[in-house]
Amino acid sequence: MADTDLIKRDAVPAVSVAREPTVVVDDVHIVYRVHGAGSGKGSATSAMSRILSRKRGAGVREVHAVKGISFTAYKGEAIGLIGSNGSGKSTMLAAIAGLLPTEKGGIYTNGQPSLLGVNAALMNELTGERNVILGCLAMGMTPAQVKERYQEIVDFSGINDKGDFISLPMRTYSSGMGARLRFSIAAAKTHDVLLIDEALATGDQAFQQRSKRRIDELRGSAGTVFLVSHDNNSIREVCERTIWIEAGELVMDGPTDEVVGRYERGERP
Amino acid sequence: MSTVSEPVSLSAPRGADAGLTPKQLADKYGLSVSGARPGLFAYTKQLWARRHFIWAFATARLVAQYTDAKLGQLWQVVTPLLNCGVFYLVFGVILASKQGFPGHTYISWLCIGVFVFQFTQNAVQSGTRAISDNLGLIRALHFPRASLPIAFTVIQLQQLLISMVVLVVTVLAGGIKPGKTWLLVIPALLLQTLFNTGISLIFARIGSKTSDISQLIPFVMRAWMFLSGVMFSIQDKIQTWPHSIQTIMALNPASVYMDLLRHAFAPIIYNKHQAVHQTLPPHQWTYGIGWAIGMFVIGYVFFWKAEEEYGRG
Repeated sequence: MADTDLIKRDAVPAVSVAREPTVVVDDVHIVYRVHGAGSGKGSATSAMSRILSRKRGAGVREVHAVKGISFTAYKGEAIGLIGSNGSGKSTMLAAIAGLLPTEKGGIYTNGQPSLLGVNAALMNELTGERNVILGCLAMGMTPAQVKERYQEIVDFSGINDKGDFISLPMRTYSSGMGARLRFSIAAAKTHDVLLIDEALATGDQAFQQRSKRRIDELRGSAGTVFLVSHDNNSIREVCERTIWIEAGELVMDGPTDEVVGRYERGERP
Repeated sequence: MSTVSEPVSLSAPRGADAGLTPKQLADKYGLSVSGARPGLFAYTKQLWARRHFIWAFATARLVAQYTDAKLGQLWQVVTPLLNCGVFYLVFGVILASKQGFPGHTYISWLCIGVFVFQFTQNAVQSGTRAISDNLGLIRALHFPRASLPIAFTVIQLQQLLISMVVLVVTVLAGGIKPGKTWLLVIPALLLQTLFNTGISLIFARIGSKTSDISQLIPFVMRAWMFLSGVMFSIQDKIQTWPHSIQTIMALNPASVYMDLLRHAFAPIIYNKHQAVHQTLPPHQWTYGIGWAIGMFVIGYVFFWKAEEEYGRG
């Protein structure tokens, strides 16, 4: 089936050519279980009575964060995810990265998606230099590759623009510096699917420009990029497709201009 | 072109794929379930590919441990020395457990016990926190999670090797001459490292699910220490006990590895001195090998079984 499709490629108009999917999200539900919510976990007597009464799941509250979202992402796409705070965007990304179990439905991906978030700190007590090396090794690079890429990563992050900061522990970095370094480490490798959670908004103007170019390069090397952001301008600049999520449900999935436009005007379809 | 107001148009498969359900589409292009656990063999391969990471992580952590301290890396040597000092004061001088040991060998005997037991104790304690303390790393990057407990065991091994330098000085100062049996230290430590890796993997999985366990661990470890005969000869104390309990005590892995190392370093205590009933039964090496391989295999499989769940929720 795929073979005949390849042969016919030139003959059919671009719109009807089968594209290669990289992420298939099929009617996904995600439920968080929060332990010890509600009536006091802190008090010893309540903990004791919980144990004595052998009531499992007492004090566990369920939060239905994603309620039946489906979409398919294709090779070379950059997709923005927008929605108000707590709408389930970051949860959706974590699930695509395989870090959250789905309650129902399935998420199928090409290779291993990599999640890049501002909250995902590396090791704070170690120097930036060590973090670069460890991050690269953890992503599966060989020591030789790390050596080759090291300077490139440091230059890209711009950490050393204002003095020798790379040899200081990461806990001394500002949040922007930390986020820049983390992005630079993650972007040093070509990923089949790269998931970015608000990382672009933290850097300065020059770094944001560099990141956008790098994301374009990553897309060029046949990857798919997901971007979660509250900065509609960076979504407009990076993504041509946008998915609007609200209260765990998919509101709209379409070209960025239209979806973001509607989102800004607050017009739900 | 289709109209842009069609909300699902960008998602729907086109051309030859049109009409496929998401599941069929995923199957056709060979997409896999995100975050699924790889097979045991594939997992081992991935882990082997991360060996440089494990080593670099362990070294970086070891160095970072004392960055805040003024004396810095000197603590690596001072900490084991102080440890020995305290135990010697309490058990050697005040409680006079050294009676019955030839010459000044008690201090060597004690230090070997302390270091060997702490090696396993630290493996359990750091294993318990290996996942929960590194959630940032786990949620940011993809790598086989077993890298972390293994790296922590490597840290303990590196620390032990530093302690070994202190130990060799202590042993020589205690009047024990180096001999051929010192070579046995290497296989004994390798076996214990393998055992520790296994136990660390087990506690890493337990600790990642139940953080309450870290409150309990210190008590369990203390009980284990007293039952293993770190500061006094346990063989001496239990010889009047029922045979079945003696057998169980003899199987205690901490005692097994302590005996192996004590015998390797100071055979004089075992050969010439029967007063404290120190003997090295020939099956001690068999027990050591059995514990090492058994614990490693069980721990590795046990940890791998929950691979996709670490760092979730």
